[in-house]
Amino acid sequence: MQEMVEKIARSIVDNPEQVQVKKIEKDKSITLELSVADNDMGKVIGKQGRIARAIRTVVNAAATKEDKKVVVDIK
Amino acid sequence: MDKIRQEGKTVEEAVQAALEILQISREEAKIEVIEEGNNGFLGLIGAKSALVEVEAKKTSREIGKEFIEDLFSTVELEVNVDILEEQTDSEQITYDLHSPDLGIVIGHRGETLDALQYLTSLVVNKQANQYIRIILDAEGYRERRKQTLERLANKMARKCLDKGRKVVLEPMPPHERRIIHMTIKKNPRVKSYSEGEEPFRKVKIEEVD
Repeated sequence: MQEMVEKIARSIVDNPEQVQVKKIEKDKSITLELSVADNDMGKVIGKQGRIARAIRTVVNAAATKEDKKVVVDIK
Repeated sequence: MDKIRQEGKTVEEAVQAALEILQISREEAKIEVIEEGNNGFLGLIGAKSALVEVEAKKTSREIGKEFIEDLFSTVELEVNVDILEEQTDSEQITYDLHSPDLGIVIGHRGETLDALQYLTSLVVNKQANQYIRIILDAEGYRERRKQTLERLANKMARKCLDKGRKVVLEPMPPHERRIIHMTIKKNPRVKSYSEGEEPFRKVKIEEVD
């Protein structure tokens, strides 16, 4: 799941080398913290959060096979 | 991989030969001249052939296909991507997705497929010179969904006329609302419009007075 977020983010930003995803695993959920270069923030969030929403939708779909809820945070 | 070295009497001849072998146009190639070559004296003594290295650039089509396939391989979902040639030209690329887990790829009311379509469009258009519209389909899902929405629109129009009151549909993404509006337009006795904010915007159907 972590790799998937990395793959999406690296493909849409201008500074792929600065993409980082931190995984925080709890009992019933996984939080993926995505961080990108300052000037790439807009590229992963989008107007009215449209890009962030699309990333979450795709990641959650991929997570349906696992039992855990996956949260994607952008910081 | 798609990179070759080619000799020729002149640089131009070498390039032409390489493009022929790779089956690509000049715009699709990255060309590097390694040896200029010369004719030598009277074309007899000291003649040296030209050497070029030609590499096929990734096309928009390939970028999109690779993005989708690589994305799913990170979570070990098998998804294969074809290009629907009859719905693809210089302004639009239509991909058809196949997978044993097609339900996951499409998602509830196609929301996963739509999200994926949007992300693929960002990736392809990041590299493209001109805007290319990206459409993702999954084993005919779009056409089936269109037919379902057309049936729904006609059913709701009848309901509106039978009951003599306004009918409100469930929230839908823009392209689905469009199919509803197009269908309602064919019936002169009803009219439709959308209300609310994305992603909860809904179509309403009313009787024409």
